[in-house]
Amino acid sequence: MRLLNLIKIAFKAIILNKVRTLLTMLGIIIGVAAVIAMLAIGEGSKESIRNTISSMGSNMITVRPGEDDRGPARGSGGDVQTLTLKDYEVIKEKTTLISYITPVVNGGGQVINGSNNWPSSIYGVNPEYLNIKVVGLQSGSMFTDAEVRSAAKVVLLGQTVVDNVFPDGEDPVGKMIRFNSIPFKVIGVLEEKGENTFGQDQDDVVIAPYTTVQKRILAIDYLNQIMASAVSEDDAPEAVTQVTEILRTQHKLGDDDNDDFTVRSMEELISTFSSTSEMLTILLVAVAGISLLIGGIGIMNIMYVSVKERTKEIGLRMAVGGKGSDILMQFLIEAILISITGGLLGVILGLGSTVFIEKFLHWPTNVALYSIIISFAVCAVTGIFFGWYPARKAAALDPITALRYE
Amino acid sequence: MSKEIIKLEDLRREFTMGNETVHALKGISFSINEGEFVTIMGSSGSGKSTLLNILGCLDQPTSGTYEIDGLAVRNLSKNELARIRNEKIGFIFQSYNLLARTSALENVELPLLYNSKVSTEERKERAINALEMVGLGNRMDHTPSQLSGGQQQRVAIARSLVNKPVMILADEATGNLDTRTSYEIMSLFQELNEKGITIAFVTHEPDIATFSSRTIVLKDGSIIKDYLNKEIHSAATELALLPVEDH
Repeated sequence: MRLLNLIKIAFKAIILNKVRTLLTMLGIIIGVAAVIAMLAIGEGSKESIRNTISSMGSNMITVRPGEDDRGPARGSGGDVQTLTLKDYEVIKEKTTLISYITPVVNGGGQVINGSNNWPSSIYGVNPEYLNIKVVGLQSGSMFTDAEVRSAAKVVLLGQTVVDNVFPDGEDPVGKMIRFNSIPFKVIGVLEEKGENTFGQDQDDVVIAPYTTVQKRILAIDYLNQIMASAVSEDDAPEAVTQVTEILRTQHKLGDDDNDDFTVRSMEELISTFSSTSEMLTILLVAVAGISLLIGGIGIMNIMYVSVKERTKEIGLRMAVGGKGSDILMQFLIEAILISITGGLLGVILGLGSTVFIEKFLHWPTNVALYSIIISFAVCAVTGIFFGWYPARKAAALDPITALRYE
Repeated sequence: MSKEIIKLEDLRREFTMGNETVHALKGISFSINEGEFVTIMGSSGSGKSTLLNILGCLDQPTSGTYEIDGLAVRNLSKNELARIRNEKIGFIFQSYNLLARTSALENVELPLLYNSKVSTEERKERAINALEMVGLGNRMDHTPSQLSGGQQQRVAIARSLVNKPVMILADEATGNLDTRTSYEIMSLFQELNEKGITIAFVTHEPDIATFSSRTIVLKDGSIIKDYLNKEIHSAATELALLPVEDH
């Protein structure tokens, strides 16, 4: 018997039981739609994290004092004073994979302009900071190396700071402000960067020469951080290794000693955050997968009922020459048609709800092609797997008994 | 001497029920020639259903030989039996066994769906011809629920004809019909028989047997009578003699 005929027969059986077929499909439809939507949300949030971190400079490498003790309860790196200006100079001199590098000292304080004041953070850096953070200037100019050497009292402000201490909208460039009672001249305003994924306002900063911040504000001689930029994103891991070796030599650490600093690239940061969202995605997909399984069991259930209900029909088909394999194929194809049609509708529903989520809930989504392929393949397999037993039961019927079945 | 369509020799069929062996058929031998209209009679338990199942290649004898159209059926596989049913036998059942919600035409096409040698066009053409032969050329699109019992049985007869079988096997084909409709159906069987189609008709109604050319009577698994009807009644004439019904 030709396959086409069998498909026709199975298709007809489905058409004859529209409502029941649709209800049977429902499990599969919801299962597939859920898998696709969940993966789209998972992928979307992963990508959004990646974008945020990349916007902070994807080649960026940070060196912090203190051992690498990743975890939620990490102490502030500022407490440890193992990173010095000397380290910065040595790295700058010896490295080959780094294009920009700056020492970083930072602290909090009050930005004051007349009667307006605003609590913010001040970052003491060198002019290369802008290249590392990939941030430009709205107006004014960056301080020069000469100003760094002379520890000049000049600052650049982020937009949030400008909005709060210059509420009247006047141009801050050239104006004098005070940071913790020390007067500074505003020489520039940083480009707006907005909030990052973690809800941190990237415009709430004050930038000044690191020498100024070290000597005039914090009165310290160590560094809180060294920031650098690898030559390219691909070189970042290699650069991390290189910087680590340079610093170990510089700090005279033996082979058994742990690092007293932490070098990290953005790539690592991305994977740290991604793994969290990946975990969530796996959970979501597991739940969706269970509903797909239940959908499959639904198909099996209905196919069993269908075989029972059509026992007499099966008997007749056998009497007029249907072989056991013909009957098996008929029911198997029916099950597969149900699951594949359900899968198709599920894909449509999944894509639809993804668009809905993106548009109305404003969650970042990203439909991965593999999620469609996988869920569709699972559907076909579900059809075969759960259709097999009922179909085999039908094929194994004795035509005499089946014909007499009431 | 015309061709032997069916040849049974010392056919036996035993069923094992627990420790007991039931002898349903105890050595049956007969032949049916091409063009015969044979009724097989017997009360319930006489073994006629068992015989019918074997004749229809739905069941295999325990011993003895059965040949249909020159083909020995013994020891054939299930699939080979299915093929013989598909190509050589036309089945008609007491309860019609039509597929519900399926048009008369598609019901008639059914056996040909299982024959890969028949193309879609040929299948349709043959189904239309068969339906016209049973007088339902104008009701091809009707589903069983839109047809009367007699009409449904005509569809079933058309279905049994569509594969051009060497023999039609009817199992109490008039059992669910009133006298008038039974006679109509019998008249159709006689017409078909006149065209040369071999018919084996299982029944327990003696008056149905009078329409056939030969009657075989079974009792307790053996043949007790096998005779040619000297006086074959015409179902069409009998039908005309029935009192006119008030509608």
